[in-house]
Amino acid sequence: MEQKLERKKIDTDVLIIGGGTAGCYAALNISRNSNLSVLIAEKANIKRSGCLAAGVNAINAYIVEGRTPQDYVDYATKDAGGIVREDLLLSAAEHFNETAEDMERLGLVILKDENGKYVARGNRNIKINGENFKPILAKAAEEAENVTVLNHINITDLLVLNNRVYGAVGFSVKEQIAYEIHAKAVLVATGGAAGLYKPNNPGFSRHKMWYPPFNTGAGYAMGILAGAEMTSFEMRFIALRCKDTIAPTGTIAQGVGAKQVNARGFVYEDKYGLTTSERVYGTVRENQLGNGPCYLKTSVIRKEQDEELLKAYLNMAPSQTLKWIESGKNPSEQDVEIQGTEPYIVGGHTASGYWVNTNRETTIHGLYAAGDVAGGCPQKYVTGALAEGEIAALDIVKKISENVFIDDAGILQEKASDIMDSYETVLNAKAGLYSVEELEEAMQKVMDEYAGGISANYQFNEKQLALAEEKIEGLQKLAEEASAGDMHELLFVYELRERLVVCKSLIAHLLARKETRWHSFNENLDYPDEDVAFEKYVNSRMEDGKIKIILRDLVKEADYEHQN
Amino acid sequence: MSIRINETHCIGCGRCTEVCPGTLIELKEKKAVMRYPKDCWGCVSCVKECPVGAIDFFLGADIGGMGSTMHVESEGDILHWKIRKPDGTDKIIDVNRKDSNRY
Ligand SMILES: Cc1cc2nc3c(=O)[nH]c(=O)nc-3n(C[C@H](O)[C@H](O)[C@H](O)COP(=O)(O)OP(=O)(O)OC[C@H]3O[C@@H](n4cnc5c(N)ncnc54)[C@H](O)[C@@H]3O)c2cc1C
Ligand code: SF4
Ligand code: SF4
Repeated sequence: MEQKLERKKIDTDVLIIGGGTAGCYAALNISRNSNLSVLIAEKANIKRSGCLAAGVNAINAYIVEGRTPQDYVDYATKDAGGIVREDLLLSAAEHFNETAEDMERLGLVILKDENGKYVARGNRNIKINGENFKPILAKAAEEAENVTVLNHINITDLLVLNNRVYGAVGFSVKEQIAYEIHAKAVLVATGGAAGLYKPNNPGFSRHKMWYPPFNTGAGYAMGILAGAEMTSFEMRFIALRCKDTIAPTGTIAQGVGAKQVNARGFVYEDKYGLTTSERVYGTVRENQLGNGPCYLKTSVIRKEQDEELLKAYLNMAPSQTLKWIESGKNPSEQDVEIQGTEPYIVGGHTASGYWVNTNRETTIHGLYAAGDVAGGCPQKYVTGALAEGEIAALDIVKKISENVFIDDAGILQEKASDIMDSYETVLNAKAGLYSVEELEEAMQKVMDEYAGGISANYQFNEKQLALAEEKIEGLQKLAEEASAGDMHELLFVYELRERLVVCKSLIAHLLARKETRWHSFNENLDYPDEDVAFEKYVNSRMEDGKIKIILRDLVKEADYEHQN
Repeated sequence: MSIRINETHCIGCGRCTEVCPGTLIELKEKKAVMRYPKDCWGCVSCVKECPVGAIDFFLGADIGGMGSTMHVESEGDILHWKIRKPDGTDKIIDVNRKDSNRY
């Protein structure tokens, strides 16, 4: 029987795509500062969706006593080899502490000393109980005045005309309904992209990855297709994580001070350097040299610390606690094996994402980006996502009050209707030769082997990238034919297509940075050294279906505005 | 990485189907069903949400699972995490939501 979708049209002042950290906090701040109507469209349910689902272990970006926001900027700039936007880092850093205090008022537990001061972990972190960070934030957003939450709505396309956004289109993942949403301003806050590369555990536990497998790069893809400028995709993020469970290591490394050692017990971390990418690279090299596996040396900790570590992991990555218990040995009795993950594109850790002005507006008028989807501002983490949500919110409120963005619900209805037709086409298509699952696996294999995945030790050369590009294009054609039996399968089809769009841009960026500035993150064997000619941003924009690379000079001014 | 839903305990409240960040669980004939076991992220949101402890979480054998399962019972701010080992013994760890991580 022919499947037809019910079509609903919604008007709102502000549309927020993705109710994660940045999206929820932006909604809250628009509500606090205006009477504008806000709609959050979220593919899952904001209570536990996105990065914060399981919990977080600490606030990674905080200006501790004796430090300044500029110190944070300097640290993050150095770690990224200079390819950052200092204006974005500084404006985020100036908000870190205030957003943490706001979260505490909303109910987040933050550790304090006897004088009522937050307890620092190292130079930039504070200690929290992050297990219920997301439910606390989601509740505040839900209860905020004029905020409506539409859960289980997956957005696929932006409505853009003449470089100005008018809304977006999506579908319910549970019911046979398609949505056309019109807004004066749109904030995209869909997080980064996981699942592009073959993962650490490709079998039954294929989704036991670090970054949420449900953040599939939708925000990047819809921006790329709408002609938005993107930056620094080639600064991939590879996480160093606990083997198998891919649980974060900060609690062990910074928390109890465990060092990185190889199988011979040698502390190798000093040998390769201490930047984020060098720590990954060192581990890869030690394995290549036959010195693996590598570990975080926890066997020196005190027995009393065991129970605290087991609890801390239950608050953010329970599988690691289960793993310790399954093995019958506590962290003090065995070192924790570590490994690099598959590469992700994630603007909260590295600098990949939308090219934005200082107020987080993208190159498309009225379209804002915040959190992991926004580029130029690495190591912003959870407080940075909150900060960017707030910065974007305040500018949206200001611009709408100044009538810079006006409503036009009549515009682009035809385009919206075409997009909805294409959902029905997929739902009514006959099953082809290849399933979506098979195509996804093929994509991950191509990226792994030819675009610097785990099996290639994260390295690549131009010839391999050219092959990757050709094969990804082939898979894009096959993905056009994909079919879906129900709404959830329709989601799988769109997730695959999004990932393929992101892969293609990523390959173009990897090809364009003809140097190796960050080991492992972007290790081009044809250009193994750093080159001053690439003290620039590699940006890109899609024009007539082709990706155009734009090399931009480093931004030095405190307030950056787009030229168009 | 995945979960197992105990059909006899499930009361069909639907909370797990709402909260899963991947929308992987469905309600069929008033019982929760895990539709995509291989797509589970292992975030245990569903396990924490279930009011009757009907969802067990386990590690896949490919990442070192040895047959233990884990679920949680909440009592106000206290989470009682119960890990049942294959030999039938339990390890219980209590975590208070009001306590911060020490590390
Ligand atoms: C496992 C893990 C542990 C971390 N630990 C820490 C930590 O200890 N300390 C710290 O400071 N930082 C930590 N971070 C980083 C921090 O959590 C993130 O940088 C931050 O939460 C990102 O916020 P976001 O809003 O950009 O993305 P998210 O919070 O992931 O939100 C994105 C949202 O968009 C939704 N979405 C995606 N696509 C669509 C679509 N097409 N339509 C509608 N909705 C969509 C998703 O479902 C999700 O809700 C961690 C990250 C991860 C992944
Ligand atoms: S553990 Fe998380 S991802 Fe897996 S089914 Fe439960 S809620 Fe969904
Ligand atoms: S939350 Fe528990 S009781 Fe409710 S539907 Fe899910 S498994 Fe059943």
